[in-house]
Amino acid sequence: MIESLSYPLGFVIPLLVAAGVTIKVSVGAFVLAILLGLVLASIRFFVPSPIVRIPIAIYVEIFRNVPSLTHLFIIFFGLAYMGVRLGSISAAVIGLGLIGAAMLADVFRAGFEAIHVGQREAGLAVGMSPRMVFRHIILPQTWRVTLPPIGNYAVQVIKDTSLVAAIAAPEIMFTARNLVVNTFETTLVYGIAAGLYLLICIPLSRAIRRLEQHMAIPR
Amino acid sequence: MNESIPLLRVVDLHKSFGDLKVLKGVTFDVAPGERVAIIGPSGSGKSTCLRGINYLEPPTAGRIELDGVVIGQREVTPGIWRRMSDTELAPQRAEIGMVFQLFYLWPHLSARDNVALQPQKVGGQSRAEALELADAMLAKVQLSHKADEFPERLSGGQQQRVAIARALAQQPKLLLFDEPTSALDPELVGEVLNVIHALADEGRSMVLVTHEIGFAREVANRVLFMDDGLIAEEGGTSLLVNPKSDRLRQFLRQVNRQDGN
Repeated sequence: MIESLSYPLGFVIPLLVAAGVTIKVSVGAFVLAILLGLVLASIRFFVPSPIVRIPIAIYVEIFRNVPSLTHLFIIFFGLAYMGVRLGSISAAVIGLGLIGAAMLADVFRAGFEAIHVGQREAGLAVGMSPRMVFRHIILPQTWRVTLPPIGNYAVQVIKDTSLVAAIAAPEIMFTARNLVVNTFETTLVYGIAAGLYLLICIPLSRAIRRLEQHMAIPR
Repeated sequence: MNESIPLLRVVDLHKSFGDLKVLKGVTFDVAPGERVAIIGPSGSGKSTCLRGINYLEPPTAGRIELDGVVIGQREVTPGIWRRMSDTELAPQRAEIGMVFQLFYLWPHLSARDNVALQPQKVGGQSRAEALELADAMLAKVQLSHKADEFPERLSGGQQQRVAIARALAQQPKLLLFDEPTSALDPELVGEVLNVIHALADEGRSMVLVTHEIGFAREVANRVLFMDDGLIAEEGGTSLLVNPKSDRLRQFLRQVNRQDGN
């Protein structure tokens, strides 16, 4: 089928389709990472007890200190061995999402800690409950502090989706390698792949910088 | 309200940080409309005492009552009192306005929103009502023209006035001031003191921790001199001119010398 298409459209079309998968996996992993990361950091924030803190710390350490590929293999092949068979895309989303959540949980924790204790005291003093203080005072300020690392993570997760080629998720690098194996057009195919990553990541970085400027506190 | 019933009762307040005893049994009342100034050397426990009133610094022992209601403690079974959580405390704290030494305005909100947040989220007012109240309170501290500014664009004196407007928007029964001018450049102290003075003239009840002895004399009806975790001397503002104890006389002499006379 590929051979029947005119050159180089025969490379571009499958790679564009693959880019769709890359974006799908990235968005899924990113959303999972933000939500789970925020939930973990918030739990730590509200419940200072070690019963809660230690399991979260263990989770964060395990996911930050073991290579992503190892996690992906455990989730994809390890779980399959135990009878839980995940599709390669689901495994990719869950794997990258869990890794990202560990990273972002730490980013959010640092963000919460960066906010002066007086901010919270002023909220409590006017009669807000800790939940209201969190929602109206801590969280809005945390977003602003954590937006740059979250933006970096968003770009990183797109690049990291290339790893899930190893579990046969049909994203850009997986597709590119298949095309190269069939055609030996190494430079051209990987060049197109690189171009696609640039086309996704550069506008994203710019959008994030815009958002940062938009949300900046006037001073 | 009956003048004989105190608005605030502070009974035998103790506070320790580990082995350090900061408050060793502080007892005083504030009558409705009364303005009590707490003075004393640093480390004497005056700020801890003030922060104990709204339980930002929960006392180790003792009792606080506002309008006859015990603050921060709940009687679970007769005679057994349990400390309230911050969530349980919230409605009680809403009745007490507090102005901090370092203002603690919320930097992500404009001056107007800093003042409107409490009435809207705690007071249950509509956004429009809360904004209207905020504008009225900002007018009271002469900052109507800065309503849309964000805190970091305001001078220290302006920030502290917004913080006072924020406390007023709670429509509190009692105002607490924790050294409201100590963080300000000297030329900005006056505008904040003027605002507090105007509130005093309205007959608002307040407890004021301050280093400004002259101001305490002008504004307060009563003065507490704290030393080493206890009230060492208390009385009318004449104390500040004619101290009874050597300790207070010595303290006043030191303060006057620092004021550069």
